[in-house]
Amino acid sequence: MDVFSDPRNIDATVSGFLWILKLTGASAVLALVLGVILAAMRVSPIPVLRLFGAAWVNIFRNTPLTLIIFFCYFGLYSTLGLSLSEDLNLNIYWLGVIGLSTYTAAFVCEAVRSGINTVPAGQAEAARAIGLTFAQTLRIIVLPQAGRAVVAPLGSILIALCKNSTIVGTIGLMESSSVMKDLINSYGNAGILIFAVFAGVFALLLIPTGYLFGWLANRLAVRR
Amino acid sequence: MSNTSSVLYDHPGPRAKVRNTILTVVFGVAILALLWWIYRKFDDAGQWAGDLWKPFLEANTWTGFILSGLRATLLAAATGMALSLAFGVIFAVGRLSDHWWIRVPCGAVVEFFRAVPLLLMIFFIFYAVPFLIQAPVSAFWAVVIGLTLYNGSVLAEAFRAGIRAVPLGQSEAAYALGMRKTLVMRHILVPQAARSMLPVIVSQLVVLLKDTALGYIVAYPELLQRGVNDLSANFGNVVAAAMVIAAIYIVINSLLTLLAGWLERRTRSRGGRTPKSADTPPPLPSGTTDQGAVVGA
Repeated sequence: MDVFSDPRNIDATVSGFLWILKLTGASAVLALVLGVILAAMRVSPIPVLRLFGAAWVNIFRNTPLTLIIFFCYFGLYSTLGLSLSEDLNLNIYWLGVIGLSTYTAAFVCEAVRSGINTVPAGQAEAARAIGLTFAQTLRIIVLPQAGRAVVAPLGSILIALCKNSTIVGTIGLMESSSVMKDLINSYGNAGILIFAVFAGVFALLLIPTGYLFGWLANRLAVRR
Repeated sequence: MSNTSSVLYDHPGPRAKVRNTILTVVFGVAILALLWWIYRKFDDAGQWAGDLWKPFLEANTWTGFILSGLRATLLAAATGMALSLAFGVIFAVGRLSDHWWIRVPCGAVVEFFRAVPLLLMIFFIFYAVPFLIQAPVSAFWAVVIGLTLYNGSVLAEAFRAGIRAVPLGQSEAAYALGMRKTLVMRHILVPQAARSMLPVIVSQLVVLLKDTALGYIVAYPELLQRGVNDLSANFGNVVAAAMVIAAIYIVINSLLTLLAGWLERRTRSRGGRTPKSADTPPPLPSGTTDQGAVVGA
């Protein structure tokens, strides 16, 4: 039962969770930007852009993340020679960020699009009536209101992203789930303790995040 | 209808038509250029070479790798779906129980399993549980149990939200007829909740199907393992194999989504039998942000 008295194991555990936080942070920003752009494409008056947005969503939402991450490493890096950093770990990290954000952007896009649909049609009609263009209508009138409506779904997407970032471990990053696997393999008798610690950290991190977003969503909701 | 995205811009006049045409051409060319660039990159790496794609024209590839993987994927997904639906109903009802000693543990279980990454659970079941029970756990059951605990918990929250959204009159009428709690739940509330939450349930089942790909990590011979990993180990065509397998996943999941849409329309057209609230799933109680239930690995 002396798993967590060995400082090396504690270091490995901490750095595993730091990788998770770094993966989540970078992918969340990228996915949010990409997702909003895709959502704007999907409601735009230009058919080519609508088609592009729809294709992106349908392709990436329906492919397993494991396959996307697998492709990022074995396809983009090994076969096509896309290298993002000299450092081995950082290279895997950025490949993982690419996979996570292309996948998550599809979900952000759908959340924002359904958020746009919660804004009453009168708002957009009034905006058009005073002569705003499509870009102005979207930027000044619709997206700010839609943004408040999508706080809760975006919170769930962020939580899912944080959990999904463990999958980057499959291409060799020593993030928390890989650390846990190694610890269990070395200290088989302490399996329950090890799982309790790792799962507990995730629960402590994510359950309050869920409540925070629920509270925020209530606070920011547009009262109609 | 109050579909905002359809009223965001005017019916194009002469100037808007010209502008839209110009933008269509500009963006069309940009997207084509992007696709062409990707095509060139693949070409430079020799990924369009016939040798890499030829295996997909041979029957052995399909029977030996892809179809056997697909069968394992569907088997794990079907077992996981059945178990997690049962898990979901039981824990949703448990969380709505009148007795705190049922309600609180059920709530804790659901919250816990929703917060823990699926991969962590699969690793625990596959590597640690054998130590505890002194017997090996097969990769199949590690994947299926992991899937059940996670997706079952998400489904439990969906069912709970659905049950709470059934108009109060429904259960009051049932109690007035002399039904007991169990009977009300079984015959009145759960069926209506299941119907109104159908879109959420099916999108969660799509998540479950995609998550079976995690079986690859514990060497369960499913579609990703057989179709991409093993197949490309034989033919050296990772990129080609990944594309073919991704296409298979996309087709299956799109079919499931289409099925969901069809089921939803069918239940709606039955008119009058679905409660009003079925059209707009109710806002969830604060703290349980469930809309993202559709976001999985």
